[in-house]
Amino acid sequence: MELSVNGQSTYLYTGARAFDAALPSVMFVHGAGLDHSVWILQSRWFAHHGYNALAVDLPGHGRSQGEALGSIEKMGTWIWQCLDALKVANAHIIGHSMGSLAALDAAAIAPERALFTGLLGIAVPMPVSDTLIDAARDDLAAAINMITLWGHGFSAQIGGNQAPGMWMMGSASHLLARSHSGVLHQDLLACKAYSAGLKRAQLITNPVLVVLGKQDIMASPRGAKPLLQALVNGSSVLLDRCGHLMMAEQPDRVLDALAQGVATVVCAAKAT
Amino acid sequence: MTGPHPIRFDTLSLHAGQQPDPTTGARATPIYQTSSFVFRDTEHAAALFNAERAGHVYSRITNPTNAVLEERISALEGGVGAIVTASGQAAMHLAIVTICSAGDHIVASRSLYGGSHNLLSYTLPRFGIETTFVDPAQPEGFATAIRKNTKLVFGETLGNPGLDVLDIPRISALAHAAGVPMLVDSTFTTPYLCRPFDLGADLVFHSATKFLGGHGIAIGGVLVDGGSFDWEASGRFPTLTEPYAGFHDMDFVEEHGPAAFIMRARKEGIRDFGACMSPTTAFYLLQGVETLSLRMQRHVDNTRKIVAYLDQHDAVEWVTYPELPSHRDHALARTLLPRGCGAVFSFGLKGGRPAGRHFIENLRVFSHLANVGDAKSLVIHPASTTHHRMDAQTLHSAGITEGTVRLSVGLEDAQDLIEDLERAISQAQRATQKKPATR
Repeated sequence: MELSVNGQSTYLYTGARAFDAALPSVMFVHGAGLDHSVWILQSRWFAHHGYNALAVDLPGHGRSQGEALGSIEKMGTWIWQCLDALKVANAHIIGHSMGSLAALDAAAIAPERALFTGLLGIAVPMPVSDTLIDAARDDLAAAINMITLWGHGFSAQIGGNQAPGMWMMGSASHLLARSHSGVLHQDLLACKAYSAGLKRAQLITNPVLVVLGKQDIMASPRGAKPLLQALVNGSSVLLDRCGHLMMAEQPDRVLDALAQGVATVVCAAKAT
Repeated sequence: MTGPHPIRFDTLSLHAGQQPDPTTGARATPIYQTSSFVFRDTEHAAALFNAERAGHVYSRITNPTNAVLEERISALEGGVGAIVTASGQAAMHLAIVTICSAGDHIVASRSLYGGSHNLLSYTLPRFGIETTFVDPAQPEGFATAIRKNTKLVFGETLGNPGLDVLDIPRISALAHAAGVPMLVDSTFTTPYLCRPFDLGADLVFHSATKFLGGHGIAIGGVLVDGGSFDWEASGRFPTLTEPYAGFHDMDFVEEHGPAAFIMRARKEGIRDFGACMSPTTAFYLLQGVETLSLRMQRHVDNTRKIVAYLDQHDAVEWVTYPELPSHRDHALARTLLPRGCGAVFSFGLKGGRPAGRHFIENLRVFSHLANVGDAKSLVIHPASTTHHRMDAQTLHSAGITEGTVRLSVGLEDAQDLIEDLERAISQAQRATQKKPATR
């Protein structure tokens, strides 16, 4: 669906279902240089299981207008602006990589409104190599190559995709190649510059699920330990044989973890 | 700028798409010879049918053995995904029907395999899809022939029968300027000799029966999506950019981005037309792909020796092979096909149709049959077999002479092949000198 946020056309994938104000909403926020399509399986499941699935294209990404926001703090603010435009009071917010930092910041901005936060492939702070940042500025093809290789665990580099016949490495690199000029560079700079993550995490009171890939070298599980210590109500899932691009590498296990996390919150809310 | 290096071609040939079987530990890809797959529960079944979870339902649409082959070829080609099919013809048909409907138009090279020519010239027009054929040596001809309803530009990496080298960079650029994707039949080259996506093509198919399988034991095809064509920007492809009532109103570009084409091909084409591959066939073809680079290099090495031998032979009128300076696409071949120009080529024997027939009948190592791309060397004399109803003039218009012989050079010792050719040529010359032809 198309939505105007701050006067700019914003695209949200809703699993081919119309938005229903009566249903709980789950927002999905993609990573650097990517778009809503990284969430297709997971968001489609939520859309057909009693939720509004809202897989956004952040400004400057995919089908959304505007410039890339350039900082995680702006992305966190934008998430609520987007939900406000939909008149959604409370939501479950799930992010991946850069999107997980944005989701974290959004949950810290309005802890009571973020009913559940899912943080996938996150490290706080999130290390981004200067080599990659320079490549994203000067040689996009090289940057895409780095992300494609570093972003997948070795198992995924060999293949065995759960989606039959699909080559994960090719899919990731071609999706990144569609990013608008300069966007990947700005996104990576935003990730590297976000230094307030641990303090912001302490503000979140509702449940937070951290989903990590055991073979992730872009946001290693070790890098999430300070975050888990800072969270008041945090838990984690470690996915074996999985790298950074976990929604493609382990789609079912990611979905199962998120579905259970969201359902737990929904059930608890109904019980009270 | 340097960076990490992806897993290389030879390793992908052996491993891509397959993890050792988690249940049994089997190293080789198991043959999942089953029509269907048990659901974990009703919720799982519904999620699979509604594309909320990935997995297998029915082997006409997906199968684990087939999926390994699909992923492997996609990896070798540099695509986003692939679908294996019952034959190369089925792969070509699947490519076309995924984006073409009645009233649409294709621009194709006129140097094509006969089966492809039949499909485009005679069969598809019955379904309202027309084709304009152009000279592949004139890339601008493709652009000139593109109409408002054109959905596809098509050619073979090495055209039939003259081994015209398709100028993929030039033709794809012209097609893209008009908002049209380029489909390439890469059967003769395989990804070892040519990766069409790297040159600008958008879709690739193979008759996997040939060099990919390499052993002449299984019929199959594969269609690969390069993932780079912008279907939405083109504005010509409603099957990919508008909701499809036949599958949950899915807008394939919206949901699958770079993989929109191959997802539509699976959700509709392989589902409805049903030209699927048997898992056992996929297993056979995987054995071939494991040794692809080794075999293709040997095919090319042997071909070069035989081409050199025939090119200087007094009884041979001409040899058509792009690595020869006499070939009109020699310079292009050096640029686009630096590893070699495959292992199928034609030559003209002096003495016309009778010489050709005697030559064929006296070969001992080469097998006389209608196929190419086998590990064993193959030969055919079009004027006495596939084109036997044609007179000399009609043959000429098809680019064939009465003495044309087509070889598919195999993996035998090259010297044995040359000795076989020498013996057969000598006997053909003797026979035709003694007894002039009557037809």
